Amino acid sequence: MLDAIVQGILLGGYYAILAAGLSLMFGVVRFINLAHGDLAVLGAYLALFCVERLGLQVWLSVAATLPIMAALGWFLQAAIFARTLRAGILLPLLATFGLGALLQNGMFGLFGSDTKSLGNHIGSLSWSSWQLPLDVSIGKLPTFTFVVAVLVLGALHQFLARTKVGRAIRATSIDAEAAELVGVEAARIHRVAAAVAVALAALAGVFLAMRALITPYAGPAQLIFAFESVVIGGIGSLWGTLVGGIVLGVAQSLGAWLSPQFFQLAGHLIFLAVLGVRLWRTHVAEHGGWRSAVLGART
Amino acid sequence: MPAAAIEGTFLSKRFGALQVLKSVNLSVAAGEILGVVGPNGAGKTTLFGVLAGALRPTEGRVLLEGRDVTAASAARRCRLGIARTHQVPRPFLGMSVFENVLAAAAFGGGLAGPAAQQGAADALRRSGLGVHADRPAASLGLLDRKRLELARALATRPRVILLDEIGGGLTEAELDILVALIGDLKEDGMAVVWIEHILHTLLRAIDRLVCMADGRVIAVGEPRAVMADETVMRAYLGGVG
Repeated sequence: MLDAIVQGILLGGYYAILAAGLSLMFGVVRFINLAHGDLAVLGAYLALFCVERLGLQVWLSVAATLPIMAALGWFLQAAIFARTLRAGILLPLLATFGLGALLQNGMFGLFGSDTKSLGNHIGSLSWSSWQLPLDVSIGKLPTFTFVVAVLVLGALHQFLARTKVGRAIRATSIDAEAAELVGVEAARIHRVAAAVAVALAALAGVFLAMRALITPYAGPAQLIFAFESVVIGGIGSLWGTLVGGIVLGVAQSLGAWLSPQFFQLAGHLIFLAVLGVRLWRTHVAEHGGWRSAVLGART
Repeated sequence: MPAAAIEGTFLSKRFGALQVLKSVNLSVAAGEILGVVGPNGAGKTTLFGVLAGALRPTEGRVLLEGRDVTAASAARRCRLGIARTHQVPRPFLGMSVFENVLAAAAFGGGLAGPAAQQGAADALRRSGLGVHADRPAASLGLLDRKRLELARALATRPRVILLDEIGGGLTEAELDILVALIGDLKEDGMAVVWIEHILHTLLRAIDRLVCMADGRVIAVGEPRAVMADETVMRAYLGGVG
């Protein structure tokens, strides 16, 4: 069981990278990108393309993939997301749902339906592990992923806290109109945020493809895990997404420890439990607790 | 004659069937303080929105030092030299007081590195917020939030500053400090447009006065003459248009 918990914590690192972009988009642009998981998978296929077709070394491929995906995020925000935002809350959902379908079928057309992996391009990193006492073994790749997650979130935190653009991102997320009035071009800041978010999705996708087999249709499941991490960790908090990812990862791997079928179910259950507690607390704050529910509303 | 610091010509603004501004003309020179009065709903705040770029006029043009900025975004106008404070303060909660002002100095003021830090510190000091620089903006009371609005506007190094009811809720002593500060801005060659309901304070500070009612400018000129104007008395003090 201790082993399962450790694996779950490390898995949380992957979820945190995946969820950070989603959280950033929601916090800064107030935009829910349903194609986030598909963009992660696209990032993985792009890295695979660089390795298999262009013959680039794998880490060089990752280094090439991230800026390309960031540029794609910038472009998507400018060409699609910003336009849909002007038309209420439903259109962004529909547009990114459509974008997701486009990406899935586009990848299917270009790369075929075969499952692929970056795992066999990174040598022993994909399978080797360190043996710790108490029957715990930690995989080198999950550990590496977790360390990268902490470094990336830390760098992002410093970027938001200390740099000029980071400050503008925070100002825009708090009050876009007031940000305009101190000279911050909110539309431009939104494009920066989208670029960072899509690059983070791609980074997560690369790690996914190193750890597992991917198909063009792997995106939606990843989107759900990202969503669950964001909600568990609290929307708009970077370190919260790490906590959320870890909670989700631990729940899943404890579920899998009980029975292999429980991997996903346990994750969904902990998500529903957290959501239920949140909703109950809101309800209590607005309408009073169980006491008033039992005794009836007295005003 | 040099171009006015800021000029609005034939500005109209319509929200659906509701016409809030009706062909308003207004011009302020550098180093001049223009007061704006009028009953609630006269279109004063809408006028600021149109001048600062938060709103696009349905008709008319906005000129900054002779340059047409009607099509420019609020952020661009801010960088070109128009600053505005809100009637209801809108600080960036979740950031410190200093960071609020630093963002304004770095973007609106176009300052970098230590110069931005210095600019932000100066704006805070002038607004009387220097001692609160490191506090979270969310911890400020209403008056300090108003000061923060002013500090943020000053940090963008404006040539035109639009003040929307910045004096409301201040004590007499605080109003004196505010009038002195606005006098300093005038000395620096800034054009100031000031919407204010506290007449005796406003009249002490301004060079010219505009009275608006029902989306129009109904009188403009020497402050006491405007206040004595019969139309103004009826619209503003009598309350019936």
